[in-house]
Amino acid sequence: MPKEVTYLEAIREALVEEMRRDPKVFVLGEDVGEYGGAFGVTQGLFEEFGESRVVDTPISESAIVGISIGASLRGYRPVAEMQFADFISCGFDQISNQAATLRYRYGGRASVPIVVRAPSGGNVGGGLYHSQNPEAWFIHRPGLKVVAPSTPYDAKGLLKAAIRDDNPVVYFEHKYLYRRTKGAVPEGEDIVPIGVAATRREGDDITLLTYGAMVQPSLEAADRLSKDGVEVEVIDLRTLSPFDKTAILRSVEKTNRAMIVHEDVKTLGIGAELSAVIMEEKFDALDAPVMRVTYPDTHCPFSNVLEAFNLPDADKITAALRKLAEY
Amino acid sequence: MATTTIKRTKFKLTPEQLLDIFYWLKLIRAFDLRLSILVKQGKVRSGVYTGIGQEAIIVGTCFALRKEDFICPLHRDLGSFLMKGVEPRAMMSQMFGKATGLSKGRDSALHSGVNELGIFGNTSMLGANLPVAAGLGLTFKMEKTDNVVVAYFGEGASNTGDFHEALNFAGVQRLPIVFVCENNLYAYSVPVEKSMAIDDVADRAASYGFDGVSINGNDVLAVYQSTQGALARARNGEGPTLIECKTYRWHGHSEHDKAFYRTDEELAMWKSRDPIPTFTTYLQARNVLGADKLKEIENRVTSTIDDAVEFAMNAPDPKPEDAVADLYA
Repeated sequence: MPKEVTYLEAIREALVEEMRRDPKVFVLGEDVGEYGGAFGVTQGLFEEFGESRVVDTPISESAIVGISIGASLRGYRPVAEMQFADFISCGFDQISNQAATLRYRYGGRASVPIVVRAPSGGNVGGGLYHSQNPEAWFIHRPGLKVVAPSTPYDAKGLLKAAIRDDNPVVYFEHKYLYRRTKGAVPEGEDIVPIGVAATRREGDDITLLTYGAMVQPSLEAADRLSKDGVEVEVIDLRTLSPFDKTAILRSVEKTNRAMIVHEDVKTLGIGAELSAVIMEEKFDALDAPVMRVTYPDTHCPFSNVLEAFNLPDADKITAALRKLAEY
Repeated sequence: MATTTIKRTKFKLTPEQLLDIFYWLKLIRAFDLRLSILVKQGKVRSGVYTGIGQEAIIVGTCFALRKEDFICPLHRDLGSFLMKGVEPRAMMSQMFGKATGLSKGRDSALHSGVNELGIFGNTSMLGANLPVAAGLGLTFKMEKTDNVVVAYFGEGASNTGDFHEALNFAGVQRLPIVFVCENNLYAYSVPVEKSMAIDDVADRAASYGFDGVSINGNDVLAVYQSTQGALARARNGEGPTLIECKTYRWHGHSEHDKAFYRTDEELAMWKSRDPIPTFTTYLQARNVLGADKLKEIENRVTSTIDDAVEFAMNAPDPKPEDAVADLYA
């Protein structure tokens, strides 16, 4: 019987199992050593694997990524932790210019198998610099893969896949889900392949594309619509780059209506790209414009009153789904 | 002035080794000079940042390396690629943007590397090679080998955050890295006194807990000996060293830069310190380099470059659709 673990524990299990399996896997970042990480994700790793494989670094995000790249060129598979996804901007050049381009400019003769873990997302009272969802920056950069699990099972399986992938992968783990989400996670080799979406709820009337902490409120909204006789198909993207175009288009073909829900801001969020792809490739199937429910184009405020105004939730998604159903 | 605690171990060089050093100096100079001409002729599009005048640094450091050691060159260090084993034909193809170049036409200059030869290719973000060097050094430390990383940067790049982050981490971890600063006094047009409030980049090493030494970067034997000293320390687990090599670039930042920001007198003074004649005189005074040998080496250099240029000019262009290939493994 698979045991129940939290989303955070699932991430830790993936790290531990991969480090036991492959001596080339190691972790580095701020406070990841004896302290066990700001959120406790790496707790116990230092005791099991020692300081050479659980490397505490100075506050140097650019170096954390650059060091990972250097180690990867010698056959290692480093997993770098950004303490908060918000801090990833300090390591942006190494990810975007160094890691993302290396294989291309090396004429395909090398690869950069690194994982950058980025605890992202709001609804935790984090304010401007502990709440961000910067995934779009990385989706926009060829050469990178971007994943964002929503369940403990996916958190574990996608991290394992990311570690074994030969490309740089940015792994967004949502802080709101860390301890609030529990689920069955089998021990051992359950890999969740990168690039494959999961249908969380089947329906014939509307396709709802989402990921991360927006999956649960989307499912809640879908249940409400069901009472009105509208069946919403909820697709959890799981991988944002490359996203699962086949699954998305297949569903839209069936439902003729599509909505995207994300916690990232609206302008040039992944919703804009998904909407464009659906219209380019399935325009004839659409009975209504593709709609979006997203964070407004603003920052993540501290006050819970302000933050609640911004965050998409089941009520906002329900209202938008009704509008789309009636269009 | 930086304190010199590094031992300049007297490494005895055989006449054959001295002649090898001479050959590399001549080859690298000739390679860059030919590239400069090819740019003016419009045969090479761009991406040429010569190291003319600075060759003693590359030759003196790379000559001290083992095959297993890794280098992280800066944008003027084309010669380091040759000394670490990249064929002149491949290097020239790289500059021509041909399919036979290291990056298959995706980029020119030194933005490509070869893991098997221990060469890292940096981006255009100067100093961004230094954290990567720290990562390479960390793996050597993990494996308990005595291999070393040699990481190059200009005095300009020593003002970046990556420089600080990398040297700080290398100091904390006592990584086997030799940081080589090529201080050519100008970051593009900005003179060193406008970008640093200290005289010697070597002084910066003190804040990272290791030694920095400032030497004459136009003296190939001084560079070689200092490198050997720093390598010995690194191989022995004693951590990083910063070697600042004072030098001067004769050409502009790139071949399109006329370098109006400096005086003819200053350039002439530095040309009088050309590392190659200095070393030639040294060899001749010791009867290592006779007239025949000199001619033989010069002919070898010319034929190597001619062959590389001919090869590159006749090499195939990349396939157009390769513009979207090799993004993912």
